[in-house]
Amino acid sequence: MSVVVVDYGAGNTRSVLAALGHLGERGVVTSDGDAIEGADLVILPGVGSARSAMAHLRATGAAGALARRVDAGGGTLGICLGLQLALGHSEEDGGVEGLGLAPGEVVRLSASRVPRLGWCEVSPWGDTFYFAHSYVAKSEAAVAFAEGEVAAIRAGSFLGVQFHPEKSGPAGLAFLERCLCPA
Amino acid sequence: MPLPRLIPCLDVAHGRVVKGVSFVGLRDVGDPVELARHYSEGGADELVLLDIAATPEETATLTEVVERVADVVTIPFTVGGGIRTLADATRVIEAGADRVSLNSAALADPGLVTEVAERFGSQAVVVAIDAGEEVVHTHGGRVATSVAVVPWAREAAARGAGEILLTSIRQDGRRTGYDLELTARVRDAVGVPVIASGGAGSARHVAEALAVADAALVASIVHEDPGGLGSLREAVVACGVRLREVIG
Repeated sequence: MSVVVVDYGAGNTRSVLAALGHLGERGVVTSDGDAIEGADLVILPGVGSARSAMAHLRATGAAGALARRVDAGGGTLGICLGLQLALGHSEEDGGVEGLGLAPGEVVRLSASRVPRLGWCEVSPWGDTFYFAHSYVAKSEAAVAFAEGEVAAIRAGSFLGVQFHPEKSGPAGLAFLERCLCPA
Repeated sequence: MPLPRLIPCLDVAHGRVVKGVSFVGLRDVGDPVELARHYSEGGADELVLLDIAATPEETATLTEVVERVADVVTIPFTVGGGIRTLADATRVIEAGADRVSLNSAALADPGLVTEVAERFGSQAVVVAIDAGEEVVHTHGGRVATSVAVVPWAREAAARGAGEILLTSIRQDGRRTGYDLELTARVRDAVGVPVIASGGAGSARHVAEALAVADAALVASIVHEDPGGLGSLREAVVACGVRLREVIG
């Protein structure tokens, strides 16, 4: 199958590619709109700042391609910042408009220690995954939670996860494998 | 709070692991990639690679090690040692590290902490502090500065550090336990997580550290024991600490 890992200039795409490699898949790193629309699965990874990521996605046309892809029902996985970019608005970097693929907004975490770094159990799924973030989604599309905060959202063919499946050991690889073989 | 983390630390020089590793069962115990894979598969919650030679000539070697580690591990890892500029940090992160650890360069230029945090986010920036009883030390702990530990930790966090890696140079290598009092003081002073480092000699020590810190760095205690990390995890859990359940 063809897997595209969206390049937005700041992402640590190598870890996502390595995780795909563990599952016997090869990902292609690109911001090309046609590749994004045509792939079997698109992964929007997550490192960096919301503002520079959105600027890059708009400048390359990847933003429009992602919207058309999700409209058409194409499987799309957002990881960490990739989840947050999918929402309508983020208060990071003084306020950033997102892709609007899913309803909701992104706010600063109010946990006792920020950033939240480490492994948390995700309910109702039951697995433990690695989180590393200072902002978090508030969304009616939430489908899973960790410590009361949104851990995953689903809107149509878009699935966003706040944790890093590519950094969550065997549980993370099993999660990615399910994304590769939806059924 | 997330679950407490156990973080094996590998000291690397010239592309090789340089101290304290005496495992059986690994083809090449001096290969940081092989050891990183071993710990990733063996239940480490995270890894730290410290380049203790950290000379300019080391750069290419370290980058290659980071790339190879990123290809084999499935957990986060931090890389430190010799990261003096935003360009150094960028190179290490693009090679696959999740986080960079800044030490003396941050002390010399605290603005570097902010620069790296603005580019990659606070979660990607660890500030490592080699602490004497009251002041920060440099040059591997040999040189005392006039900078007090707790205010520096507070400033580093305010400037964008997403975590403090606090090594007690008094306790480091002694195996008599972490400096719990200093660790607690630093953690009380900052709003970011703190990794305790230096002094682990037993599971009890690690459990004590995890009562006052968010994570514990472990080195010789896991490197020198063939059962290593797995048996340490079990013993720490037996001390009443809830750790991540490691699958298979």
